[in-house]
Amino acid sequence: MRHPTKWSIRRVGAGCLALGLAFGVPGGAAAQEQPILIRGATILTAAEAGRIEDGAILFENGRIIAVGSTSEVEAPSDAVVIDGTGKFVTPGIIDAHSHIAADAINEGAVSVSSMVSIHDVIDPTDIALYREAAGGTTTSHIMHGSANPIGGNNAVIKHRWGEDAEGLLFEGAPPTIKFALGENPKRAGSPTLPGQEARYPASRMGVMDVIRQAFIEATEYKAEWDTYRARVAGGDRNAIPPRRNLTMDPLVEILEGTRYVHAHSYRADEILQLMRVAEEFGFRIHTFQHVLEGYRVADEMAEHGAHASTFSDWWAYKMEAYEAIPHNAAIMTRRGVNVSINSDSGEEGRHLNQEAAKTMKWGGLSEAEALATVTINAAIQLMIDDRVGSLEAGKDADIVLWENYPLSSYARVRTTYIDGEVVFDIDADMAMRAEIEAEKAELRELLGESDDPDDERDPGRRPGGGR
Amino acid sequence: MTRGSGNTTKQPGNTTDGRIGTMLKSIIGTAVVLGVAGLGAPAEAIAQDGGTFAVRGATIHTVANGAIEDGTIVLRGGRIIAVGRDVEIPADAEIIDGQGKHVFPGMIDSFSSLGLTEVGAVAVTNDASELGRWNPHLNAHTAIHPASEHIPVARANGITHTMAAPGGGGRFGGGGGSGIQGQATLIHLDGWTVEEMEIEKTAAMVIGWPTLSTGFRAFAGFAAPGGGRSFRRAQERFDEQVAEMDAWFVAADHYRQAVASGSSRVPRDIQLEHLSRVLDRGMKVIVRANGWREIESAIEFAEKWNLDLVIAGGNGAREIAGTLAEKNIPVILGPVQRLPQGDDTAYDDPNTLPGVLHDAGVEIAFATFNSSDSRTLPYEAANSVSWGLPQDAALEAVTLAPARVLGVDDRLGSLEVGKVGNLIVTDGDPLEITTQIEWVFIKGVPSDLDNKHRSLWEKYDSRPARRVTTTTT
Repeated sequence: MRHPTKWSIRRVGAGCLALGLAFGVPGGAAAQEQPILIRGATILTAAEAGRIEDGAILFENGRIIAVGSTSEVEAPSDAVVIDGTGKFVTPGIIDAHSHIAADAINEGAVSVSSMVSIHDVIDPTDIALYREAAGGTTTSHIMHGSANPIGGNNAVIKHRWGEDAEGLLFEGAPPTIKFALGENPKRAGSPTLPGQEARYPASRMGVMDVIRQAFIEATEYKAEWDTYRARVAGGDRNAIPPRRNLTMDPLVEILEGTRYVHAHSYRADEILQLMRVAEEFGFRIHTFQHVLEGYRVADEMAEHGAHASTFSDWWAYKMEAYEAIPHNAAIMTRRGVNVSINSDSGEEGRHLNQEAAKTMKWGGLSEAEALATVTINAAIQLMIDDRVGSLEAGKDADIVLWENYPLSSYARVRTTYIDGEVVFDIDADMAMRAEIEAEKAELRELLGESDDPDDERDPGRRPGGGR
Repeated sequence: MTRGSGNTTKQPGNTTDGRIGTMLKSIIGTAVVLGVAGLGAPAEAIAQDGGTFAVRGATIHTVANGAIEDGTIVLRGGRIIAVGRDVEIPADAEIIDGQGKHVFPGMIDSFSSLGLTEVGAVAVTNDASELGRWNPHLNAHTAIHPASEHIPVARANGITHTMAAPGGGGRFGGGGGSGIQGQATLIHLDGWTVEEMEIEKTAAMVIGWPTLSTGFRAFAGFAAPGGGRSFRRAQERFDEQVAEMDAWFVAADHYRQAVASGSSRVPRDIQLEHLSRVLDRGMKVIVRANGWREIESAIEFAEKWNLDLVIAGGNGAREIAGTLAEKNIPVILGPVQRLPQGDDTAYDDPNTLPGVLHDAGVEIAFATFNSSDSRTLPYEAANSVSWGLPQDAALEAVTLAPARVLGVDDRLGSLEVGKVGNLIVTDGDPLEITTQIEWVFIKGVPSDLDNKHRSLWEKYDSRPARRVTTTTT
């Protein structure tokens, strides 16, 4: 069951006219109630089927039942049939690097913050969840910040706007952790306050040292536990367990291959060095994030088995981004690296389809390859590709219906479905605007717009100045 | 030269490209000579003998007079000398086959920090902002770095001109705050020196309007202790700042009168000297303002001082679209790909704004307010089209409209005989991401489309497959 307050107005602040207005589809619907068939659309599956002209997709109970040409897919009699003529259908977009819907991002006081987790600070009231869904994004990897060489644990969520924090979590998504290299963990842009000691590390040498030392400690800690468990297994009733170390536990999971490293990185040298440090300890850097100079070490990344999640065309905003090129995704793809395009931004997360299109322009990826960078490739990086990332029977019904061609600067979403439910729809959105205006007017009246000079409230937007 | 794979066409305009390339070199040589000779002359006293070029058989999107199918456009002496279907091509013209191609005016980024900001986070590479709040005498022209890597990157995507303005810069915008930020300069994005690049050394005075804000927007998890201020106090603070601005204009007006009196006892004050030029519409005044109350305040102020006002930013302009239209005040819009202002603002508010202003009769132009993102200018325009801005208006808002807003539509912004030879040849709609820009002509000659990104791409795309070496595994 979905949270009962799903579409209710929620307050995001107290003592001010803060209206946290829940855009969304009214009705308090629970799970997908009726089968839905979209037919007559061009379907970009991000799967082997590729592009299907005059295609149809049927989904029911939150799962895709069938995808194919309109003539092939038959709808049950109770299905809602949507005419997709002239429209496009894609899988829900997956953002492999996001910081929305979290009350905190960085635990920057220490150089190793693997004891903290984004799971503890998910904010389901962040309007970015809805806004990004309005741009087709259905799943996001909410990451710890880049203040430390080893950062906190991340969370994978679905944009189930209206759910509570637990309801947003992507069930069964394998655990991930943030690492960070370069300028950010060096704190190059964060001068210490007077009287405050600088935090180690302050160089790329130090960054790599912090990671190496942490894994030396984690290896020893793991050995203590392995020894203890072996003794218990051997029937030793006097074995005393080692003291739990919450900083070390996630690192042990990394060593055991059950938690996956997503490493913020820019320069080719640091990318290479981190792979070598990981190899020293027998683990793999699962995905390099940003990885703006990945194009320089793409072969080494492919050999190590690292994925890459990069930006489309941002560059020169900081020194380590000065040699970023928009062809990065294409070069890495051609050299055998699995590449996704991410947002790292609640704004960019609203048009990742357009960012994907830039890989066609810069470096010449095909339509299917470009779409994959924001769908199936991101799903592979988050190890949720058995559930999402492409339109195939059996997968979650995370589906976007576009008004027009999605890999375009003119693209616009009509409807976004998550688990078969509508989380965004153009018409529903328009209907809610009127409701919101009415509700605001009512609230203003309740607050008593007055001429009292001591009334310190913002009188609000000009009446009649709506959109 | 082969590269990668996929659909990217080989880009001409490269200096290795045979005859055109050789010509380009000689043209550049000529331009240097003329640039020096042209000192003191109007800046667009361009390469008079820059050669003759024709694009033949293309779809020519004039912006001013519709599109011409199977048309030809001829550039000579730096200018457009002919455009149409039945055009005689001079015998000495270098001809580009335009079959299946499209010709558009080069795009104008109406407000950028191109040439002023190199690496956003590295303070020593930023010259867009000066200390102090009252800098009417400073001019972006002084600090334009013609060799900035950003300029050829923007140019390769069809951006041929910009108004480089003080007060911004940096990846995250940096509005520059309230005050008089200095003079903006209008440049061609090609030239060996700023003198060769300049169109109008002083295109406008840029002013950052005070912001009427009750709170401090939380940034990176930090919010001001105790929350924001009351609306009444915000209004008081705003009024004080506007009064402070007004005092500068009073002083400038007095200074002008004193100078006009011919008195020899008026000490020269360079700040007031420059500021006084904006009075009585002597120079365009670009006011950066977003909220409707702030825009309204700027309009009132501009009327008091008879200023030739342009609003830049204008996020809240829809609330007073009627006023802006009625008073003929153009708006240079900030990025369409930005977040709506409030949590309760419609998700597509930035997308619908340009169409709403256009429908109301407001002149709009797009801008990036940035240097590294300047190449994305056309996508800002496109992102408004599916939300109501007509396609032709979107194109106009990155070509002819900016030329009008900046007062240079007699020379730039459309493909008409007599205008400066600035155009782009493409394989499609330049507002569409996947379109390739194949030629860029600036001042009537082909521009080099090579740039930092393309060079690095070519270099690393052709890196030999790695030889596996022993590692510490």
